[in-house]
Amino acid sequence: MARYAMAIDTKRCVGCADCVVACQTENNVPIGYCRDWIVQDTYGEYPNLSMEIRSERCNHCDDSPCVRCCPTSASHYAEGGIVLVTHDECIGCKACITSCPYDARYVHPEGYIDKCTFCIHRVKEGEDPACVAVCPTHCMIFGDLDDKNSEISKVLRSRKYKTLIPEAGTKPHVFYLL
Amino acid sequence: MSKRLNRREFIKILGAGTGGALVGASTIQTFAGMKTASSADLITEGSIEKTPTYCELCFWKCAGWVHKKDGEPWKITGNPDDPNSHGRFCPRGTGGIGTYTDPQRLKTPLIRIEERGKQVFKEATWDEALDYIAAKMNKIKEKWGPECIALFTHGSGGTYFKTLLKGFGSNNIAAPSYAQCRGPREEAYLLTYGEGVGSPERTDMVNSKCIVLIGSHIGENMHNGQVQDFSEAVANGATVITVDPRYSIAASKSKYWLPIKPATDMALLLAWINVIIEEELYDKEYVKQYTYGFEELKKAVKKNTPEWAYPITTIKPHLIRETAREMAKNAPATLVHPGRHVTWYGDDTQRVRAGAILNALLGSWGRRGGFYAPAKAKVEKYPLPEFPKPKKDWKDAFPDQFPLANLALSSGICDATIPTPGKDCSFKGWIVYGTNLPLTLPEPKKTIEALKALELVVAIDIMPMEITGWADVVLPECTYLERYDDIRISPGRESTIALRAPAFEAKYDTKPAAWIAKELSKKLGLEKYFPWETFEDYLDYRLKSIGSSLEEMKKIGVKKLAHDEDLYFLNGEEYEFGTNTGKIELYSTALEEHGFDPVPKYTHHEEPPEGYYRLNYGRAPMHSFSRTTNNSYLTDLMAENVVWINPLIAKEWDIKTGDYVVLKNTDGTKSNKIKAYVTQRIRHDSLYMVHGFGHRQKQMSTSYLKGADDTNLMSRVKIDPIMGGTGMRANFITFSMEDV
Repeated sequence: MARYAMAIDTKRCVGCADCVVACQTENNVPIGYCRDWIVQDTYGEYPNLSMEIRSERCNHCDDSPCVRCCPTSASHYAEGGIVLVTHDECIGCKACITSCPYDARYVHPEGYIDKCTFCIHRVKEGEDPACVAVCPTHCMIFGDLDDKNSEISKVLRSRKYKTLIPEAGTKPHVFYLL
Repeated sequence: MSKRLNRREFIKILGAGTGGALVGASTIQTFAGMKTASSADLITEGSIEKTPTYCELCFWKCAGWVHKKDGEPWKITGNPDDPNSHGRFCPRGTGGIGTYTDPQRLKTPLIRIEERGKQVFKEATWDEALDYIAAKMNKIKEKWGPECIALFTHGSGGTYFKTLLKGFGSNNIAAPSYAQCRGPREEAYLLTYGEGVGSPERTDMVNSKCIVLIGSHIGENMHNGQVQDFSEAVANGATVITVDPRYSIAASKSKYWLPIKPATDMALLLAWINVIIEEELYDKEYVKQYTYGFEELKKAVKKNTPEWAYPITTIKPHLIRETAREMAKNAPATLVHPGRHVTWYGDDTQRVRAGAILNALLGSWGRRGGFYAPAKAKVEKYPLPEFPKPKKDWKDAFPDQFPLANLALSSGICDATIPTPGKDCSFKGWIVYGTNLPLTLPEPKKTIEALKALELVVAIDIMPMEITGWADVVLPECTYLERYDDIRISPGRESTIALRAPAFEAKYDTKPAAWIAKELSKKLGLEKYFPWETFEDYLDYRLKSIGSSLEEMKKIGVKKLAHDEDLYFLNGEEYEFGTNTGKIELYSTALEEHGFDPVPKYTHHEEPPEGYYRLNYGRAPMHSFSRTTNNSYLTDLMAENVVWINPLIAKEWDIKTGDYVVLKNTDGTKSNKIKAYVTQRIRHDSLYMVHGFGHRQKQMSTSYLKGADDTNLMSRVKIDPIMGGTGMRANFITFSMEDV
C-alpha cells in the first residue's frame, strides 16, 4: 500500500502561483476557480519582519470530515489515501465544503464539488502532480510515505515541518517545511 | 502582526473572481457506474499531440511543448532540455494559452478614418493595409529620406521588421528595453569588463554562497532560470543580502534586509567598497592581475566610510561593515547582482558600475558563484544582400550627448519626433512592433505629442493595446502559438537552440510577423531581403548549417550543441578584457575621455516634498508589463495592481486596505483608481505598485481601467548623461483625496 503526501518548502517558495495555473490547465479547472492557491503570512512590524509563503490545497487527510459527512459517498478515499469526489455521485449539497477546515473545495459551475486530486491520473503514470512538476523553485515534493526511501520520507525525517490547523484532528497529508 | 489571506480572500484580492466562465469545463465527463472513476482519471483520455515552442510572454523565451487534446488546446509545459526553464515554465508561460484564446484579440487589419487618438477605424484587407503603409513610407522616403522612419520593437517578430527597415535605409531601431530598462547595466559592465551582462544574465547564482540584490526583486520578477538558481542557492544556505525599501519576496529569503532610503544606493555601494578596501578584504591577486586603477579607486572612496553613508542611507554602520565582511568571506562565490531594470535616478550607469567594481574587488567575474562566460550557438544566417548605408541616424538629433549609448534610445527617437526649434527633429514615421509605448515610455505627454506629429504610425500587435489607438494602420499578428519564428539562440552555460512551430491554425485574419514583413517588402520593392520561399525553408537552411533540420527540431524542440568554452577563468591564466587598457577598469579610461567621473561618485537626489512619497514600481510573477494583463489565466491570479502603503502613512490619510484611492504626482497628473494595500512591508517615504496595469483601451474589457498605470504618473525623468537612460524613480506622488 502507498500513502501519498506532499511536502512544500516554504523557504524555496516565492509565491508565484505557477502551481495554480498549472493545475487549472492540467485539470481543466474553469477560469475564476482554483484547486490550489497561495497564502503569504507576514509577521512583525517594519523593519523587523518575517514571511511564510505557502502553496495550499486539499490536505488529503487520513480522517477527512468531508468523506465522513458526504451523504452519497461521492467523497471517498482512493488509492494511496487520496481523497476524491466522484462527480456523477455528487449532489452538490456542500456539506463537505462546510466541514473542510481548509476551505479546499469549491462548487464547479456544472454543479458538483471539485478539489485537488493530487493529480492521481498523473501519479498513476509515474509522474508528479502538475503543480509539483511545474514549480520553478522546486519547492514541492510528492511521494509515498510508506516508502522509507522516498524523497518525501527522507525530507520529513531531516527537516522541521508543520501541518495546517492540526487541532482540527484530520491528520492532514500536506506538510510544510520550515 | 500577521496578515493572513484565506483562499476566498486571495481569490477576491488577487483574482477578482470572474464567475461563470466555462472554458474547458465541458471536456470533463464521468464514466457512468464506475465508482473509482473521478474526474481526475479522465484527463488523459483522448488523443494528445505536442508541438515545440518557445514562450513569448516575456523575454526569457523558455522552450517547451504545447499540448493539444483531441485537437483542442490543453496546456503548455517546459522542455526539460531547455537551460532557460529546465522543463518548468513560470505562471505566465503556463498560462500562455490564454493569449491564444483571448476573445479581445485584434482580428483583422485596420485603417484609421479619423484623426489620431480618436479610434475610428475601418476594417481592411491585408493588401489594402500594406499598400497604404508602402505608399506612406515611400512618400516619407522621397520627401525626407528613409532614415526618417523608426522602428520600436520588443519580441521575436521584431527581427523581420528590423531587416525590412535596414533594407529600406534606416538604422533607427529602438527597444525600450535599452533606455528604459537595462541599458545602463550593459554599458556599466562594458565599461568595466569590456563585456555586457546579456540576457539571460551570465550570473552563476546557482553556485553563489552570497547573493547581494540591490532593488532586484527576484521571485517577483519571474525570470525563470534566474528564479530557479536563486531558490536553489537559498536552499543550499547562501547568505542573501537584499537592499530594497520594500520587504520583497527576495528580502523575505534574506539573512540581511537593508531597507534603504530610496535613491541612496550609490552611498551604500561606495561604503561597501570602502570597507572592502580599508579592511583589505579584496582579492589581492585578482585585483593585481586583472584590474586597472586600484589606487585611484582607493583614494576616491577614502571618505565614503559606513559612518558617512549612515545618515544618507539610514543603514547602520555596523550593518554595512558586517554585510561587506559577509561578501568577502564568501568571495569569489559572491554575486553582487547587476540587476535588470536599472533606469532609476539618472546616474544609473555609474551606480551599476559601483556594483561591477565591487564584483571585481571580490574577484567574482569569471569565477564560480559569480559570473560565468556564456556559450552561444553559432548558427549560419540566411544569406541576404547588403543593406544600404543610412546618411543619418537618431544621434544626429543629440549632438555631443549620450556619447556611450550603444543602442538607439526609444525616448530619444520620441524626443526627436516632436517638432522643436533648433533641433533636427526628423522622424516622420513610426513602425511599432509589440511595444505599447503609451504604457512604456515615461513622460507620456511627450509620447502623445510625438504620435500626433507623425505622418505615419503603424502598430503590429496581438491585442488592441493603447498604441493601436494612435496608429494609422493596425496589423494583427497571430500569437506565438500560431506561428513559426526564428531559431532561439540564447546565451547560457550551454550552447542551445530552440524551435517555435505553430501548434494551432492562426485565428481570425491574423498573420505571423515574418509573413507581414515579407509581404510589405514586396510592396516596397525590397523583396530581395526576404529571399526565402517559405519560412520553413528559411529555418531548414539555418538548421542544416549546424547539422540539424526542421524535421529533427520539430521532434525535439531544443538541441544542445557542442561547445568548448570554459565557464570560469582558469587559475592564474592571463586574460585580455575588451576595455581600453585590456584590464578590468576600476578606473574607467573611457569615462575619463568623455568627461565623466572615472570612479563612481555619490550624487544627492531630490527628495519628495512634504506630503509626497517616492513612486516605486516593480513586477509581479504572473504578469509581463501591460502585455499579459488581459490574459484570463493571469488576471485570474492578479486582475489589478494595488498601491503599497506603510501603516503610519495610511493612518495619516485614513486609508484602509481595500479602499480605492487616486494618486497624483507633483505635476498634478492623476492616476486611475487603485486599491490600497496597507502593509508593514514598505518604508514610510515611498509607495509601490506593480507596473503594467491601468489599461485605458475599452476593447480590452478584461483589463480596462483595472488598477493604475505607473507610467502615467512619470511626468519627470532624470536622464543618464552617459547613455541616455531615463531614470524613472524621480516622481513623487500623493493621495488625491477629493477623488476618493
